[in-house]
Amino acid sequence: MSVNIVIPTPLRQYVGGQKKVAVSAATVDQALGALTTTHPDLKRHLYSEDGRLRSFVNVYLGDEDVRHLQHGQTPLTDGAMLSIVPSVAGGADG
Amino acid sequence: MILVVGGEQLDIIRQHAQSTYPEEGGGLLLGRFEDSRAVVSEIRVLPNTWDVDAERRRRYLIPGDVMLREQRAADARDLDVVGYFHSHPDHPAAPSEFDREHALPNWSYVVVSVQQGRAGDVLAWRLREDRSAFEAQPIAIDDK
Repeated sequence: MSVNIVIPTPLRQYVGGQKKVAVSAATVDQALGALTTTHPDLKRHLYSEDGRLRSFVNVYLGDEDVRHLQHGQTPLTDGAMLSIVPSVAGGADG
Repeated sequence: MILVVGGEQLDIIRQHAQSTYPEEGGGLLLGRFEDSRAVVSEIRVLPNTWDVDAERRRRYLIPGDVMLREQRAADARDLDVVGYFHSHPDHPAAPSEFDREHALPNWSYVVVSVQQGRAGDVLAWRLREDRSAFEAQPIAIDDK
């Protein structure tokens, strides 16, 4: 099924400047996998070296954080809207 | 890519950083990307939601649900989030290792040093494509 993924501003240059990318997927993991297969430069910013989604990278299905659903196994229906949303975290050393 | 920001906007950043001292304060830089410039049109001050009280002197957080809301609101006004700012109380205006781990390329990371309650240096940084380090970003002050 076709789902849309909203790309945050700082990552749009890796998807040809698009705000949304359509992929074919049945789960959140499949959607992100399809996205990063087509646009491999996204990978290092979304995933850490151990292959996990970076802690500050959130994925929403509609208004719901997929961590509150079934994480990467969250099923998607045709026309679903996913959003990749970075949390903003910072701080001084020490 | 240079960061274009108004003098009044820098004042908002400094004042907010002083008001939250000794804790960190911050917010979003809203505006537009124009050619090789990130032009800030609005400073969106947002609360520090880092959930450990004692750590807010060294940590600042805007959580995902707030960012989702803010990004949608900016989008509805045809604005982009072009970066964010946060303070380093009693530390230099240079990004930390924690900042680097949590950064993305193409955004401007503005850090304001607050020394003993007084805002000092305000510097801008951008993450390298390979995530290895930040590079200083020139700031142009636009007082229209």
